[in-house]
Amino acid sequence: MTKTWIIAVRELKSFFDSLIAYILIVVFLGLSGFFTWLFGSDIFFIGQATLQPFFAVAYWTLFFFIPALTMRMIAEENRSGTIELLLTKSVTDWQVVLGKFSACLLLIVIALVLTIPYYITVASIGNVDHGAVWCGYLGLLLMSTVYISIGLFASSITSNQIVAFLLSLFIGVFFLIIFSVLASDSTGLVGEILNYLNMQSHFESVSRGVIDTKDLIYFLSISLFGLILAETMVSKRNIVD
Amino acid sequence: MNITVENLTKQYGTQKAVDDISFQVKTGEILGFLGPNGAGKTTTMKILTCFMAPNEGDVKIGDYSIHDHQDEIKTKIGYLPENNPLYYDMPVLEYLSYTANLQSVPKEKINDTIIDMVQVCGLNDEKHKKIGELSKGYRQRVGLAQAMIHNPEILIFDEPTSGLDPNQIIEIRNLIKRIGRQKTVILSTHILPEVEAICDRILIINKGKIVADGTSDTLRKQAQGEEMLRIKIEDETNKDLIFESLRSIDSVEMIDPIADTINTYMIQSKSGQSSRRAIFQLCVRKNWTLTEMTPVETKLEDIFRELTT
Repeated sequence: MTKTWIIAVRELKSFFDSLIAYILIVVFLGLSGFFTWLFGSDIFFIGQATLQPFFAVAYWTLFFFIPALTMRMIAEENRSGTIELLLTKSVTDWQVVLGKFSACLLLIVIALVLTIPYYITVASIGNVDHGAVWCGYLGLLLMSTVYISIGLFASSITSNQIVAFLLSLFIGVFFLIIFSVLASDSTGLVGEILNYLNMQSHFESVSRGVIDTKDLIYFLSISLFGLILAETMVSKRNIVD
Repeated sequence: MNITVENLTKQYGTQKAVDDISFQVKTGEILGFLGPNGAGKTTTMKILTCFMAPNEGDVKIGDYSIHDHQDEIKTKIGYLPENNPLYYDMPVLEYLSYTANLQSVPKEKINDTIIDMVQVCGLNDEKHKKIGELSKGYRQRVGLAQAMIHNPEILIFDEPTSGLDPNQIIEIRNLIKRIGRQKTVILSTHILPEVEAICDRILIINKGKIVADGTSDTLRKQAQGEEMLRIKIEDETNKDLIFESLRSIDSVEMIDPIADTINTYMIQSKSGQSSRRAIFQLCVRKNWTLTEMTPVETKLEDIFRELTT
C-alpha cells in the first residue's frame, strides 16, 4: 500500500511539473463553466437550481481528458525503458498499476473539487437537492475510474502515446455511444446485455441520486477488468511459452 | 551473497537468447560478463534482476530463488540497466529519494544515504538539476547512485562506463572495485581493458552459451599454451646461419622471421618447454649480441576474438 502511494505521489507530481495538470484543470473548468453558466441549456436557461448541466458537460469532457492523462503513464515507461528500472525495484506489478491509477484519480478529484464553487453558487440562488449533487459527483468519479482503467490498459500495450490515446478513446466510445446505438437495434438477451453495457443509463441513474448496486457493480467491474488487463500486459514479459 | 545460476534458458520465439548456462558468483567477487552484441548478456541480467522469467532453469541468490522470492531478491539487488533509463523530468535529489522510498530505506536514514550517494558518485554540483539537463556522464552517475542507494548486497551493472570520459571511467572503476570488496558485483561490458582492470573473474558468453570462465591469467594461459618469444640478434650478418642455429635448439618448434626488421624472429617453443636459456647460451657460444628477448602474451582481445567468432 505504501509503495502504491509513493508511486502515486510521484506520478501526481509529474502531472504538475509537466503542466499537464494545470492545462487539464483550466480547460476542464473553462469548458464546463462555459456550458454550465453561459451557453446552451445552461442553468439559467433551465431555470432550476440544479447541477445537471454541469454533470452532462463533465460526462463528455472527462471522456476526452482522461485518455490524455493516461496515455503516457505506461507507454512512456515502455518507450524509455524506465519500466525495467521501476519493476526491478522492490515493487510488484500491481503496485505500479494501482499507483498510476490512483494518481490519475487524484487529479480528477482535484479538478472536481475545484468545481465546488459551482455548487455553492447554485445553492445560494435556489433550493438544491444536495443528495443529487453529491451523487452526481460520485457518478463522475465512478465514470472516471472506468476511463482511467481503460486508458491504463491502452497505455500498457504500446510504447507510443498517440496510439494509447486513440485506443483508449476508441474503447471508451463503445461505452459512451456505440453500445447504446447497438442496443436500440437489437432485441432479446443481446439487446439487454448491450443496454447494460451502455454507460449513459448507469451514469444518469447515479447522478439523479439513485444509487443502485447494479450501477455500482457496473462501474467497479469494468474498472477492475481494465486494471487486470493492464496488469497482465505489464507482467506479460514474465510469461514464457 | 552468492549467486548460483543453474541451467538457465531463455527463448525469444524460436531464438535462444540464453542457452542452458550455469555459473556461480561468490561474495566479494567482481565478475565481468563479456560477449559480442546479442550474446545474451543483457537477457541474463534481466533474469537475475527478476525483470523477466526464464523458460527453464533457476537462479538462486543466497537461499532465495527467482521463482519464489522475487520481493526478497529485489531488495538485495542494485541494478543499472542498459542505456541507463531515468525519469528525465525529475530533479536528481527527488529521484534518489523516490528510489530510496521504493527500496524501503528507513525514513530516518533516507537523507543520510542520499547525501552519501551524492558524495560517492560525485553528483554534488548537479544535484538540484533535472536529470534531463545532465550530461551523459552525470546521468550515468545518477544511474549508479540509484542502484546503490539501498546498500544492496549484489550489484548488477549493464555497461556501467559507457558514455563516460576517461577520468570518469577511472573514477567509476575505482568505485566499483571499492564497493566490490564487500559485495557481489556482476558487470557487462565490451571494453576489454576494463574487464582486466576491475574484474576478478571473466565469463565470456557467445550465442547464449558460456565459452570461457576464469581469471584473465588463466584464460590467457589456456589460449596461449606454448611460449612465444620475440628475439633480436645483432652482430651477425649471415641470416641463414642464425636461422639454422636456432632451429638446432631442441625445444624450438617454429621460427618466424619478422618481415621489415633486421634479425628479429618470433620463436614458438614446444608445448611445456622454454627455449629462453638455450637461446641465450647459443648467443654466448657464437658471440652474438642478443638485444631483445620478449615473451609475447596473448591479448585478451585475441582470446575474445578466437572464442566468439
